[in-house]
This record gives sequence, C-alpha cells and structure tokens, in this order.
Amino acid sequence: MRFRSRHDPRPSEITPLAIYQQRRQLLQAGLAGAALGAAGLSSTARAQPAPPVGQALPGKPNPAFTALDRPTSRRDITTYNNFYEFGTDKDDPVRHAGKMIVRPWTVSIEGEVLKPREFDIDDLLRLAPMEERVYRLRCVEAWSMVIPWVGYSLSHLLQAVQPTGNAKYVRFETAMQPQAMPGLRTRVIAWPYLEGLRLDEAMHPLTLLAFGLYGEVLPNQNGAPLRLVVPWKYGFKSGKSLVRIRLTEQPPVTSWMRSAPSEYGFYANVNPEVDHPRWSQATERRIGEDGFFTPPRRTLMFNGYADQVASLYQGMDLRANY
Amino acid sequence: MPIIEPGTAGRRGAPPAGAIARKAPPGPRLGPFRLTWIKAGFWLLGLLPLLRWIALGFTGGLGANPTEFLIRSSGTFTLVALLITLAITPMRWLTGNPAWIRLRRLCGLFTFFYACLHWLGYLWWDRWFELAAIWQDFWQRPLIAVGWMAWTLLLALALTSTRGWQRRLGRRWQALHRLIYLALFLALLHFWLHRAGKNDFADVMMYGGIGAALLVWRLARAGAAAR
Repeated sequence: MRFRSRHDPRPSEITPLAIYQQRRQLLQAGLAGAALGAAGLSSTARAQPAPPVGQALPGKPNPAFTALDRPTSRRDITTYNNFYEFGTDKDDPVRHAGKMIVRPWTVSIEGEVLKPREFDIDDLLRLAPMEERVYRLRCVEAWSMVIPWVGYSLSHLLQAVQPTGNAKYVRFETAMQPQAMPGLRTRVIAWPYLEGLRLDEAMHPLTLLAFGLYGEVLPNQNGAPLRLVVPWKYGFKSGKSLVRIRLTEQPPVTSWMRSAPSEYGFYANVNPEVDHPRWSQATERRIGEDGFFTPPRRTLMFNGYADQVASLYQGMDLRANY
Repeated sequence: MPIIEPGTAGRRGAPPAGAIARKAPPGPRLGPFRLTWIKAGFWLLGLLPLLRWIALGFTGGLGANPTEFLIRSSGTFTLVALLITLAITPMRWLTGNPAWIRLRRLCGLFTFFYACLHWLGYLWWDRWFELAAIWQDFWQRPLIAVGWMAWTLLLALALTSTRGWQRRLGRRWQALHRLIYLALFLALLHFWLHRAGKNDFADVMMYGGIGAALLVWRLARAGAAAR
C-alpha cells in the first residue's frame, strides 16, 4: 500500500482536459517537424508524433479501485507499448497501430456458456456503466506504469452469457489484421495472441474490460477497441484488441506458454520472490517517474493487490504455479 | 607473414623526401585529405552518439524509459564502433594506403568508450551498484555473464593498445589483439541473448553478417598469402 506523497500533484495542478488537448495539438505540430529531422538519424529513438486525441469516453471514478500512485503521463502510456502484432520495439505500436480497423468490431463469446453470442462493440459499450479506475501495471520486463482506465468489470459480460457448470477457464483471443500488423509475418510467438484466466480470476471485480484511458477511447496501440486489464498479473496477461472470448473446461494454452514454457506459466502473478528465468523480478522502474538518480523500486506482491486477490491462490505453491 | 600490420607503418606511403627539398615533409594523406583532418573527423564521428544523447536528454527525446534507451543505445554503438574498427584494415587493402592503420586505435578506443558507458549504465540504473545484486545477476543471466566477458576482453585490449605495450609484447601483441574477433563474437552472443526473449534476430543477423564478412575476407587473404 502506498500513501500520498508530497510529490503527488495537488488537484489544482492537474491540467483541465480541454487545455491539455490544445497543448497536444501544439505539440503535434512541433513534433512533426522534429520527427522529420530525427528520422534520418536513428532507428532506435524516433521522435514520436503525439497520438491523435481520441473521442471522449468518460467514466465515473471508482474510488475503491483508484491507486494513489501518480498516474503515468498519457504520452508515455500511449507511446511505450508492447503489442507484438505491430512489432517488438516499444515504439512500433504507436507507429503502426493507426492502420488497424477498429470499427466495425465484434466480439464473439463462445464455449461453455448458455447464451453464446457475437457482441457488437456498441452493445458492449452500453452493457454496464463505465467506471474510471486507476491501476498499477507491472510489465514482466520490470517496468511499471499507473494508468487511469475506463471500463467495467469483465464479470458483467460473463454474467450476461451465463457460464455453464463446466466453465473453468476463459481464453482471450486478440485480433489478426495482417494489413495493419507487420508483426504477424514474424514468428515471435504463435498467432493469434492467446491469453487465459481461471474463471474465478476472470470474475474477480478487479478484472477490467477496458474501453478507454484518460477519459478517451483507447488508442489503437493500447488495445482498441477493448482489452483486458488484470492488474495483479504481469502485463502480457491482459490481452488487447479482443475478438473472441471462449469459456473452457480445460486450461487454455497461451501464446507465451507455447513459445517459452519455461519462462511463462499460466498464472503470471506479479511476485517479487519468483524470478523470471532470465532476470530478477524483485524491483521495477516506474516509467516517467523514476529518473537517473532513483533506485529501482521494490515490486509488491500481486502488484500491491494482495489484499484483494491473495485468497484466490490460497494453498497454492506460487513458485510451481508461476 | 603477419596478417595485422603494426600501427607504426604510416610513413611508408609518403613520397621520397628529396623530391620536395627543404619543405616540411607532408603528413600522410587519405585520398585528398590530410590524415590529421581525417582523424579529427573520426573524433567528431565517435563523439556524435554521445552528443546526440545529451541533445535528446535536454529536449525530452529519450523516450518513456530513458535509462533503458541509453543502455541499449550505448550497446548498439559499441557494436557499430567495433565493426568500424575491424573494417579499417580492409580499407587499407582496398585503397592500398597504409595510413588507414593510424585510425584503428582511435576506433578501438571509441569501441571501449561506448562499451564502458553501456557497462556503467547497467551497473548504475539496472543494479544501482549493489554488489550482491550484480553478483547474483552474473550467475543468473547468461546475457550478463557474456557481457562481462566481452567488456573485460575489451578492457584488456584497450589497456595494451599503447605503443609501449606494442613494443613490450612484440609479435605477441598481434596475437593478443586478434582476440578482438572473440570480443565481437561475445558481443554478438550478448546481443543475441538479449533478443532471444522476443525471437527477433534481424538486427543480430545484420551485425553478425557484417562481422562474418570481415572475418572471411581476412581469412581468405591470409590463405592467399600463405600459398
């Protein structure tokens, strides 16, 4: 648990959205010029044009799910992404994701449910009231962010399709749009990107179906038009741009389990005591906050959500079930 | 027949002194330029990545994760400088101008310079100079162990790069400095291990391909000379 610190901005210091958006347009004009200059210089650090401002998608703040950490800037959240369909560099998603077609969009809910159904994105946007929740996000690569998501608990959707008694697991499938996703031509992992949760994990109120961030619809690179957010697990568990959700009796084999079974297990709960085979998970670096002179910060058990979720794993060996 | 020429061969390319009597003998040239100017150009080129980072740092251009960017970028430029160093002798063969050799130590030392920044960035930002964490990392991550080996080797080559050491080691100096190919191999292995998590080896292949081409060229020439 973290408390408000003197570094946190006072409410009066937070820029109103309208002004913030004007600033973004100014920046865009300036950065476009800078990008032209820098493009020839390097392939590793391109000056990024700021992503265009999205359509508003307000959510009612939910204080029960609002981390007190300082939110990461919109710019960092939308320009530093892992979305391998668009390439493995952190700036590949923001450069390529604009080509992804996010409307029309349907999500098929199938498998062990009484009411399988293909939902239109507009139906999903109306299914439950939108909430704003500020979650910590811990990437398996030992960096972290704090993101104000907009969405509702996945349980609303799962209840709508009525899981059968056989449903034990939920499998999430990410879209494949070859014309927009150069990464699909590589063999980085098995496509389509598959992730999975146990049904009780998927039904947990913290598990969020997100449609927006910072009060706007999700930018494509962040998983538009809808994605999963499971804040106590490493970021890769939270599938983006979902097209299919399948309830199953058997545990699904996820893309990462197939590609590197010794490195990525089914659970992938944030756990500072269980190292990744190739690096330590004891510490992390908070994007936009931890500078050159800040020591890496300690990673918290279940990413700081132990109070809410530790009971899901009672009696389990978390080292064996990594 | 030695494959690598010692670094003292520069004057051989100069015209006979008697032709331009009384004037100071002109320094060695590379094409139309004096070697001094070329050297200054290489200095500038070598410092360019560093200057660029500083400029990016002041303009907020280091991205969302500046420490990661600096560590990776310094690694990339170590590899680039290493390949440039290895390309110097082939440039000499191509142009027939021995003055190229005068640039080799400079390039090698710039390689070591960027390797040191890379190493320092890791120790500082990744491990916060905590000895226990560094020690554990060395044994836990082959990536780190290989990186340490490559850096240590470059350190040895940098320390023995002086004229004094060339003299002291004599012919053994050349044998020692051929280990630069081992350093290249270790650096590429380090890079490969870094990219292994993402199964994304395009960049590794590119640098590896250039390195392999330079090595094959050298071996083929040595083979031809032996015959």
